[in-house]
Amino acid sequence: MKTSTRATLVAVCLLMIAGLLVAGCTTTSEVPEETTLTVFTAASLTGAFTDIGEAYEAQDENVKVDFAFDGSQALRTQIEQGANVDIFVSASTKHMKALQDGGFMDNSTVAPFLGNNLALIVPIDNPAGITGLADLNKPGIKLVIGTRDVPFGDYTRQMFEKIAADPAYGPAYKDAVMKNVVSEETAVSSVVPKLALGEADAAIVYKSDVSKDDLAKVTRIEIPAEYNVVATYPLGILAESPGKAEAESFIAFVRGPDGSAILTEYGFDPILA
Amino acid sequence: MDLTQSWPERGRSAHGSRTALRRVVLSLLTAVLLALFLLFITLPVVSLFLRISPEAFLSSLTQPVVLDALSLSFVTATVSTVIVVLFGTPLALVNARRDYRGRELVDTLTDLPIVLPPAVAGLALLMAFGRRGVIGQYLDIFGIQIGFTTVAVVMAQVFVASPFYIRQARASFEAVDRLYEDAARTLGASPGTVALRITIPLAWGGLVSGAILSFARALGEFGATIMFAGNFQGKTQTMPLAIYTTMQGDMDAAISLSIILVVISFAVISAVKIVTRRRY
Repeated sequence: MKTSTRATLVAVCLLMIAGLLVAGCTTTSEVPEETTLTVFTAASLTGAFTDIGEAYEAQDENVKVDFAFDGSQALRTQIEQGANVDIFVSASTKHMKALQDGGFMDNSTVAPFLGNNLALIVPIDNPAGITGLADLNKPGIKLVIGTRDVPFGDYTRQMFEKIAADPAYGPAYKDAVMKNVVSEETAVSSVVPKLALGEADAAIVYKSDVSKDDLAKVTRIEIPAEYNVVATYPLGILAESPGKAEAESFIAFVRGPDGSAILTEYGFDPILA
Repeated sequence: MDLTQSWPERGRSAHGSRTALRRVVLSLLTAVLLALFLLFITLPVVSLFLRISPEAFLSSLTQPVVLDALSLSFVTATVSTVIVVLFGTPLALVNARRDYRGRELVDTLTDLPIVLPPAVAGLALLMAFGRRGVIGQYLDIFGIQIGFTTVAVVMAQVFVASPFYIRQARASFEAVDRLYEDAARTLGASPGTVALRITIPLAWGGLVSGAILSFARALGEFGATIMFAGNFQGKTQTMPLAIYTTMQGDMDAAISLSIILVVISFAVISAVKIVTRRRY
């Protein structure tokens, strides 16, 4: 007898919780609209887009911008698997193109908006004494690059191909460099911390990845233009985005004077609309 | 549940039939909740198997990235388990049998990795054994660097997997009746002989299941490994890291590796159930 009453109580409680959940859902949808924009953003833009998001929310209180920062290829995979996203900001045209071909993007909104370059970084105390690309093939150097799927890893490989094509270096240079790779990271955001901690001797990242704070811990070495690869960042609105108007005004903000100023500050080269 | 069995006896009075009705509703509700939850757990696992054709599964098994991850994972998880058992067994035995000042603290410390997020474990290992870490900086002087090596993978696995063995081992030792140990001791057996001939054999089932669980946890280690050991095929890229990496370019390989891990995990849990059942 007692157990069945207790069980009934439990059942009633469960029903009440379910009821509350349903009620909770309906009440939130009645609250006057605060639109949330979900923006999937390449990891290299973490700092810049966090700032842009804050600036945007400050000027338009009805819009909340939610970012997911990861390697562009990881974000693309999530979108292909059905993630609900309003805007995709990719670090390479390759992953944007794949989504466009798959019918995920609203093609008229997709445009390149940003340029970036690769840079060589070393820890501030530079234990391996690296002064430039020519030192990267020395045996025993611990080099960190990206996987071949993440844009910065792809660009890095393109860069080494270019260098290998130069008779001054040759293919042996590229082989020796690739032999020094100790880790292939899936997002550029995890590379700078490894260098700042002095775990590795050198890494190839984007010029923009080294923030002002990082410069206390890592040194950035420019890569000559003839070998460097220009990374073009496209962005666009998803075909199934429920808030296209809001997404468009956010993109206009990113490409406008406020957004461009922030991006330039982080070392990117905005492409004018 | 035999809630419905008492139904015919009680069915007569009005009060009884109301109770009976309540019981039927209740058991129905239980069944629905049970079914929903089982579905929630099973569906994602089954979906892994549905999203890949057998041919694609077999062909991705021949890929170097998959093979390297498989062998690296098995080697490192085996080594980690051996280390955990070697160091964990005496510790568990001491904590089960000796009462000393600070025992609770030792217990809490050895349990800590269970509740620590792997990201914390990874960062902590970096701070200790990284090139500029508390200990790592001295190792570096002798040219010993742990980061980005297979040793780092094993260390991360030992760190996160050890509590699974130590907890189980301690509980199994505590469950051994002291009477047998005392009897052996009165017959002149040394403490070492008592442990090896009496306590450990009696706790055997628990020790084996603890070791299996610890192996499984080591096999699934992701967060601490990718932070502390990096991600390099054949050297530090274990199965979970390979799944994360290949998912971003070669979904078939990622699904195949996931399926293998699911099968292993299922086998591990079944093995633990069989081993622990045999004890009683």
